[in-house]
Amino acid sequence: MHVIRGIRGTFQPFWVTLRNMFRKPVTIQYPEEKQQLPERYRARLILTRDPDGAERCVACHLCSAACPVDCISMQAAEAEDGRRYAAWFRINFTRCIFCGLCTEACPTLAIQVTADFELAGRDLLKLVYEKEDLLVDHCGNDNSYNFYRQSGIGVAAPRGTNPGETPPADVKDLMP
Amino acid sequence: MNEMLVTLALILGKLLFIFGVVLFMAAYLVLAERKILGRMQLRYGPNRVGPFGLMQPLADVIKLLTKEDFVPARADKWLFLIAPGITAVTALLVFAVIPFGPTQEIFGQQVPLVVVDLNIGVLYFLGVSSMAVYGVVLGGWASNSKYSLLGGVRGLSQMVSYELSLGLSLVPVIMMARSFSLTDIVMAQQSLPFMLLNPVAFGVFFICVLAESNRIPFDLPEAENELVGGFHTEYSGMRFGLFFVGEYINMVVLGSLVTVFFLGGWHGPWLPPMLWFLLKVLAVCAMFIWIRASMPRLRYDQLMNLGWKVLLPLTLVNILVTGAVLLGLG
Ligand code: SF4
Ligand code: SF4
Repeated sequence: MHVIRGIRGTFQPFWVTLRNMFRKPVTIQYPEEKQQLPERYRARLILTRDPDGAERCVACHLCSAACPVDCISMQAAEAEDGRRYAAWFRINFTRCIFCGLCTEACPTLAIQVTADFELAGRDLLKLVYEKEDLLVDHCGNDNSYNFYRQSGIGVAAPRGTNPGETPPADVKDLMP
Repeated sequence: MNEMLVTLALILGKLLFIFGVVLFMAAYLVLAERKILGRMQLRYGPNRVGPFGLMQPLADVIKLLTKEDFVPARADKWLFLIAPGITAVTALLVFAVIPFGPTQEIFGQQVPLVVVDLNIGVLYFLGVSSMAVYGVVLGGWASNSKYSLLGGVRGLSQMVSYELSLGLSLVPVIMMARSFSLTDIVMAQQSLPFMLLNPVAFGVFFICVLAESNRIPFDLPEAENELVGGFHTEYSGMRFGLFFVGEYINMVVLGSLVTVFFLGGWHGPWLPPMLWFLLKVLAVCAMFIWIRASMPRLRYDQLMNLGWKVLLPLTLVNILVTGAVLLGLG
């Protein structure tokens, strides 16, 4: 039995390799052929806008805190009406490992992944993306979420004057 | 005077021809091996440089030539530098005695298509090809690295265990051809190649030749998975290239030897003799590649067992049987 198995084990591989030689290779010839990527593929990051067209990012630094390779940096600033935004926002794609942890940390859905993985380049500095490069003109995956609608803006504006707010009730007044 | 000049020119011409053809074949064997291996593993293999990747050998040479020629710290510098040369040169030297066609008539002279037709051609081949292992051993020793040393040691003990059977498996061939000259051996196979007359000797010789070429399943000195790169771990640039080219020249040379000893050399119907020779050599090389795609590497003790306990007794018995049959036939 041993001998038969040994002989078969010696000669069968030759048949297998010969048969494979006449099959079509499974290789995808990359620059000419492109692979069908999964829908939720994680590659280049973008900063999206809310449905009203304003920037979503509130410069909370949560994404840069979550990033395992520390490749996100930003400067927070505050607008007249108390709305926070990033004065500058920078992602160093030479260091990004496309783990997507920043998108999970983001409370405003501002930072999102796209399936564009073709980020190779000879000049490393060109791979450091600034806010202008990151900001896009659409909402990304979620077309309805607007962080400020949920939370309101800070106290810089008088109460009840923010868009969509009713003026506060006068507690000393007896009228309904 | 004039005649001498013509003779000299013919010899030089033959040398250049062999040199060119062997190096060309070695370069394209690398490509062929990579392509065939790729297809057998459901890949394409190199196909970027030039049409179908045909310029790949050129690209490889340019890459190897422009790389840094690195000598590790506290290596034995001179041995380290000459070791790759030994492998490539000995492989080329063997080709001196290989006849690749019948005697031709050029410029009114009888020109044998072999560089020198030594009457001890077989012994010359055995002697010179054993030198090739010096390249492996010295390279491994001189690199001052444990992986290289292990590779070198393996190369040495591997040679000890198959070289004996390699030589002895040729004894029946010599007995049947009644000559040590490779040309006479080919002549003796005019009607039937020795592969059919003595398949046992052929089998043993083929296995030993696989071991001689340091290829799978006998690539223990290299053994990428265990020894990084084996004896050539520390080599870079063109010195690594020499080892590499030496291995493929060796493939061509050993393929030619299998052809000469067992496949009937240039004999064959219809086609011109030199084409037959080339086809047979290529067939043997293709077989080498196919084996590489299909077989695992033998373990160290398995190689020893095979060499000493199976092949050696087999060749000895084969010599006796062949001798008895030859005597019986008168
Ligand atoms: S994907 Fe990962 S590595 Fe890249 S910026 Fe986000 S958290 Fe950092
Ligand atoms: S992208 Fe998201 S997590 Fe990062 S600072 Fe802006 S709001 Fe915060």
